[in-house]
Amino acid sequence: MKGVRWSLWVLAAFAALLGLFALQLSRPKNDTVESAMIGQPMPQFALPPAIEQRPGLSSADLADGTPHLVNVFASWCVPCAAEAPQLAELERRGAPIVAVAVRDRPEDLAAFFNRYGNPFSRIGADNVRTVQLLIGSSGVPETFVVDGKGVIRHQHIGEIRPEDVPDLLARLRDAKR
Amino acid sequence: MKWLFALLVIALAAPAAAQDSLPPAPYAYRQLDDPRLEAKAQALMETLRCLTCQSQSIADSDASMAGDMRSEIRTRIAAGESPGHIRRWLIGRYGDYISYEPRVTRVTWPLFAIPAALLLLGLLIVRRRLGERA
Repeated sequence: MKGVRWSLWVLAAFAALLGLFALQLSRPKNDTVESAMIGQPMPQFALPPAIEQRPGLSSADLADGTPHLVNVFASWCVPCAAEAPQLAELERRGAPIVAVAVRDRPEDLAAFFNRYGNPFSRIGADNVRTVQLLIGSSGVPETFVVDGKGVIRHQHIGEIRPEDVPDLLARLRDAKR
Repeated sequence: MKWLFALLVIALAAPAAAQDSLPPAPYAYRQLDDPRLEAKAQALMETLRCLTCQSQSIADSDASMAGDMRSEIRTRIAAGESPGHIRRWLIGRYGDYISYEPRVTRVTWPLFAIPAALLLLGLLIVRRRLGERA
């Protein structure tokens, strides 16, 4: 009698384990690494200009009272080209956009902007990923919403798709408050 | 002949992989001159996850991001920063995900508590069995 009760317990434990496996396996895999810096002020940095035609980017530029989109991108990154029309649309609708160019050469950037347009008012050259590490960004492209006090409010991981444009505009508006 | 030509074309084709063309960061592939400091940096790098190739440590990975992280870590170690401080700095930016060294937190405590509890249970069962026989 006692033996039966024991084996029932073991069976229940095994079923619970199977249930846990089924639950975890049915969840889609998520391997994006979110920044832990959301809600934190932008760490101090000052990047030199990445191209001649635009000034560089520093943390002070982001705390100037207006919210910004900070686009972390590179000319060698394929999805960055894919999101170019959406960045152009965001700029056309009044979003101030600045950029961190990751490991890029001025001539490659010039060719990229010739082809896809340049929606950025400032572009800092992040040649050894100093700023990327500072803000917890794990790849390109990523877009951060930074409010007028220089606090990081939101991180968009991956390319901006057409359906993401209204959301980013709304978050910029929220960041004004 | 045809397939030989095809192989040649494959061998000569430039890969379309997204990769930057800048040289690696100063300490990405260069060890620190002081072997004691290098050992410290190496031990830390082996327990930090590469963000590009997420199953590798940054010591193992050739991703350019891992190279930049190695350079950052060697520079900080050379400047006298402790490995624990650098790990906390990185966790502050990327969360626990970046570290291969498990911490006891609100979510992870069962991982540490369950083995201890099972061991205790086993000891209790063994004691009862032995008690029955005697």
